[in-house]
Amino acid sequence: MPFERFVGERSEAISNVVEKGAVRKFAEAIGDPNPLYVDEAAAKQSRYGGLIAPPTFPRTFEYGEIEGMGPPGQGLIHGEHRIRYERPLFVGEEVLCYAEVKDYYEREGREGALGFLISERVGESSEGERIFTMLDTAILTPAMRESLGL
Amino acid sequence: MSAAKPTWQAGDELESRTLPPVTRLQLIKYAGASEDYNPIHTVDEAAAEAGLPGVIAHGMLTLATIGLLFSPYLEHGYVKELQARFSGMVYPGDELTVGGRATGAEETTEGCLYAFDVHAKKEEDTVASGTVNFLVFGD
Repeated sequence: MPFERFVGERSEAISNVVEKGAVRKFAEAIGDPNPLYVDEAAAKQSRYGGLIAPPTFPRTFEYGEIEGMGPPGQGLIHGEHRIRYERPLFVGEEVLCYAEVKDYYEREGREGALGFLISERVGESSEGERIFTMLDTAILTPAMRESLGL
Repeated sequence: MSAAKPTWQAGDELESRTLPPVTRLQLIKYAGASEDYNPIHTVDEAAAEAGLPGVIAHGMLTLATIGLLFSPYLEHGYVKELQARFSGMVYPGDELTVGGRATGAEETTEGCLYAFDVHAKKEEDTVASGTVNFLVFGD
């Protein structure tokens, strides 16, 4: 049970800024150059009054490291993702982000035990208001366990 | 910009979209844009070491592709919740089709919250499936 001891651990919050250039690059990489993501003049006239970020953008933020583990799930296979927003995410705003390891368990698979690491990532405004909550399941395969020396 | 304020009834299909084949360059661009440099997405040797037949697309890139279904309606609302399980690997050369279907609607203080089942498929294989809640502002 290589990751069980990290359950309940939380990272120190890290300040991230939703940068205009980063959002544009991201929107292009995902093939979704929506004017509300990339066109400042168009976005100004919208109900948002400015640019917003794509719904999957928060994965690009830094959430800090769990001591002895690094960013939870890094280097593993991504099994499931969930994100819930309290409101849209605006370009230019500061977001305080942290991660917490919620669970780790193993199940027998065809080629050995698979590990499932569940982590939560939270983004808050500088006033402490929650903007989004993510829940990710990362999978540790037997081959990865070997290459990580676990 | 685009569409009028949308309304959906349970059972309504979103217009599905078939995307150009995934390329290695796209995976490199996405790695850079997302700062997800896990080498199983870009380096053949790393993929082989992880027991994969070749580099695979980032699950989050597939999920972002599902987000395209809602992009035309962003003037009127936003994705409130997005959830998906990754059930198949996506390799360079794969052509993905994304689609979805409304499953219900609920009035909230913020506006009307529509629920959808969504998926990404390569041919008949589902590579990601889940749900989206899309909020259409009340005013």
